[in-house]
Amino acid sequence: MQSTFRKSISVALQNPNLAGALGRFSVAYREGRAKAYEGIDFEAVRARIREVKSDAAGRLDELAEIFKRRAEARGAKVFRASDPAQVRQYILDLAKARGVARIVKSKSMASEEIHLNEHLREGGIEVAETDLGEWIIQLAHQTPSHMVMPAIHMTKEEVTEVFNQEVEPGQTPDIPRLVQFARTKLRPKFLEADMGISGANIAVAETGSLVIVTNEGNARLVTTLPRIHVAIVGVEKLVAAFRDIEPILTALPRSATAQLLTSYVSIITGPVPNTDGTPKELHIILMDNRRSDMARDPKFKQALQCIRCASCLNVCPVFRLVGGHVFGKTYTGGIGTILTAWFDALKQSEDIQGLCIQCGNCKVVCPGLIDIPELILELRRRLAVEQGQPALQKAIFAVVNNRRMFHAVLRAAYLGQKPFARDGFIRHLPFFLGQLTEFRSLPAIAPVPFRDLVKRIRQPKGLEKAAFYSGCLIDFSYPELGEAVVRILNQAGIEVVFPEGQTCCGAPARYSGAYEVAAQNAQDNIQALLAEDVAYVVSACPTCTVALKQDFAAVFESLGMTARLEGAARLAAKAVDFSTLVRRLVDEGRLSFKDGADLGRLTYHDSCHLKRTLDACQAPRDLLAQAGYRLEEMTECDMCCGMGGSYSLKLPELSAPILERKLGNIKAAQVPLVAMDCPGCVMQIRGGLDKDGARVRVEHTARLLADRLEPDGP
Amino acid sequence: MESLFETFKARAEAVSAEVHRFPTRQGAFGFILGLLKEQQVLEGPQGGALWAPGSFLDGAARERLEGEAPGIGFQVTREAAAAARVGISQVDWGIAATGTLVADAAPVEQRLVSTLPPIHVALAQTGRILPDLAGAMEHLDPARSAYLSFITGPSRTADIERVLTIGAHGPERLIVVFVDDPERGH
Repeated sequence: MQSTFRKSISVALQNPNLAGALGRFSVAYREGRAKAYEGIDFEAVRARIREVKSDAAGRLDELAEIFKRRAEARGAKVFRASDPAQVRQYILDLAKARGVARIVKSKSMASEEIHLNEHLREGGIEVAETDLGEWIIQLAHQTPSHMVMPAIHMTKEEVTEVFNQEVEPGQTPDIPRLVQFARTKLRPKFLEADMGISGANIAVAETGSLVIVTNEGNARLVTTLPRIHVAIVGVEKLVAAFRDIEPILTALPRSATAQLLTSYVSIITGPVPNTDGTPKELHIILMDNRRSDMARDPKFKQALQCIRCASCLNVCPVFRLVGGHVFGKTYTGGIGTILTAWFDALKQSEDIQGLCIQCGNCKVVCPGLIDIPELILELRRRLAVEQGQPALQKAIFAVVNNRRMFHAVLRAAYLGQKPFARDGFIRHLPFFLGQLTEFRSLPAIAPVPFRDLVKRIRQPKGLEKAAFYSGCLIDFSYPELGEAVVRILNQAGIEVVFPEGQTCCGAPARYSGAYEVAAQNAQDNIQALLAEDVAYVVSACPTCTVALKQDFAAVFESLGMTARLEGAARLAAKAVDFSTLVRRLVDEGRLSFKDGADLGRLTYHDSCHLKRTLDACQAPRDLLAQAGYRLEEMTECDMCCGMGGSYSLKLPELSAPILERKLGNIKAAQVPLVAMDCPGCVMQIRGGLDKDGARVRVEHTARLLADRLEPDGP
Repeated sequence: MESLFETFKARAEAVSAEVHRFPTRQGAFGFILGLLKEQQVLEGPQGGALWAPGSFLDGAARERLEGEAPGIGFQVTREAAAAARVGISQVDWGIAATGTLVADAAPVEQRLVSTLPPIHVALAQTGRILPDLAGAMEHLDPARSAYLSFITGPSRTADIERVLTIGAHGPERLIVVFVDDPERGH
């Protein structure tokens, strides 16, 4: 990671306005979005958007040609451009030929992407952005920090300062007055401009129509008052049919700004009359700039389903801390990382792709049904292939993959730090390791790993067997959690075996882009876990469960190891997370709860992978309630805790404030106990609360259920 | 019709539009004259209010208005629109689910009176309210209009600190005036 990037993160984190404004917005957005989608079947809408946009992405060239033909039949001039320089030159030449001195622009991310304003100014043309946010950042000589709200990083005081310095002194930080000021100052520019430049949200091939969505009304003025209208449209905005507008218009305002519809939507098909009765000159530039390359890439084609709503930014636990400028380019946030890697260069995404903690929030809300976290992992993989794995990382994986050696190293390190460990926690670590324990205490390393401990547990010889997949944390730090799982399954008459050959689930390797390492992990685990004929492969770690159920196959597929897919599928069919399995056993009448206990109040933290990948967040809640706990939901119960596996080691400066917010929400629930299903979350949250000194117990659901279940029947 | 109107009204008011309804054109025109009086543009000079062509405004109606309200101009130019306080136009459809008006805005007069003046009065027919966007799309044909315009509430921005502010570049007031039966009683 480059030090300039690290520094930009630190600058962003120290900007109190940024965290405040974005933090508040993220809360309001969540509620507003939910309300805006009331009565709408979001899954159905986004399935249609995917269908429409994926179809278009599959035939961009064909649709661009149809669009050109239809729009030109209506009197527009359509120019297809492959790269930014062509677009800039076309507009500059047109402006020169028509004697254009002044241009007004409504919002166009495509024009930002190609840095159009600078080039026009160098060509001696005055350009004014008219979207309020864009105008502010143009005056402040900045780039947009958010696709929908370009100036969300600025306070009204900062905006006032910019107006005072760049436009006219004497403004005060009163928002309605600032808006009125902008209206008054920009109105003459609209009336005097010779050319209006807009973007478009949708381009319809069959009719040659452009759809422009705005709230301020500036696009209506830009497309009405100047005698020339130039629209710059990325080819990914193309859809085949006029009816395809509907699902996009249904989702875009709801997802972008939690509106049912924006104040204005204009559908422009060919030139309209000018105010003096002459026909307007309409130029439409269909810009490719690597979008066709993306469309040909089987992995990244889906990124063209983006409708630029920015909801992936609005729900991101990292974006709300650092804002958009750390992304360094025009497009920000999750989708911005992907677009930057393509529109600029893969290398440009090297640092920013590391910001993604893989919580999956964006995937749930994306109206284009884009698997953004997966595409970011794919960037990581390609970067690792291009640049090779760092030597240190290689050495770490070599140790991690040798279970006994890994435990021995951890245990030795732990004993070496014994003076720092007290009642099961490591609170401070010396030297460079200090950063790891700055914001949370780390768990101690157990003297006997679970793989050895399990042999001492006396189990009934059951008819049915389950293989237990422990993962690192249960094996080395929380063996008592593994014991709880064994006890509960024994109650249901299931014998638990621990296949010795099991190793790391490969998540750390996969999340670092080291797919070959992850594939080896997958292969070793498949062999170990399927060696014995078991009914279930159970894990008490959702991240591990996701690896067993989905990632092994995904890694094999990525690497073209098709021969291994069959084994991965057999394992996936048996793999199940702890709570889902236990609820199944309860439902089947093989386990029942002891009677009549009131175990008090608790709140529940949803682990990212359990909630968003396995979709299993109801099972633990039901089980805990049946056991006798009274559940009180906390605010943002399903927001990431900041652990993210090795993320908390790579970017502790981001992991810490994400955890801090989580701890705040837990404490605000005013309950003595918080339950969760992931040992990683247990480590992060228990460590955080320990540092914090708050008296809230942190437990894995398995530990809370262990004493409360018994075999069913008399 | 009743429930579509009620839904339209609720949704449009939720985004700060003002919604009125009259059985006949006469009632609607009376209301508009009252508004112009209140805005102090009824008596002139001409051009304080600008009325774009539309089917409600037939020859007889226009003649009468010219007599009663010298402040209304009917020659829509960019200069006149930029100077006017109130712009009046007729729209083609309403969409109940979102409180949206839809108009064929290809004639430039339609756009000028609905973008430049701070107050936009939109005349609409109650019977032409459609349930939702999907329904509306079926009635729209880009082959017949080069500029289809959807309007939902007045112009707005939240670009400074996410604070919603009404009246950015377009009208700060949108007043929707529905007429149940434009053919009757005029």
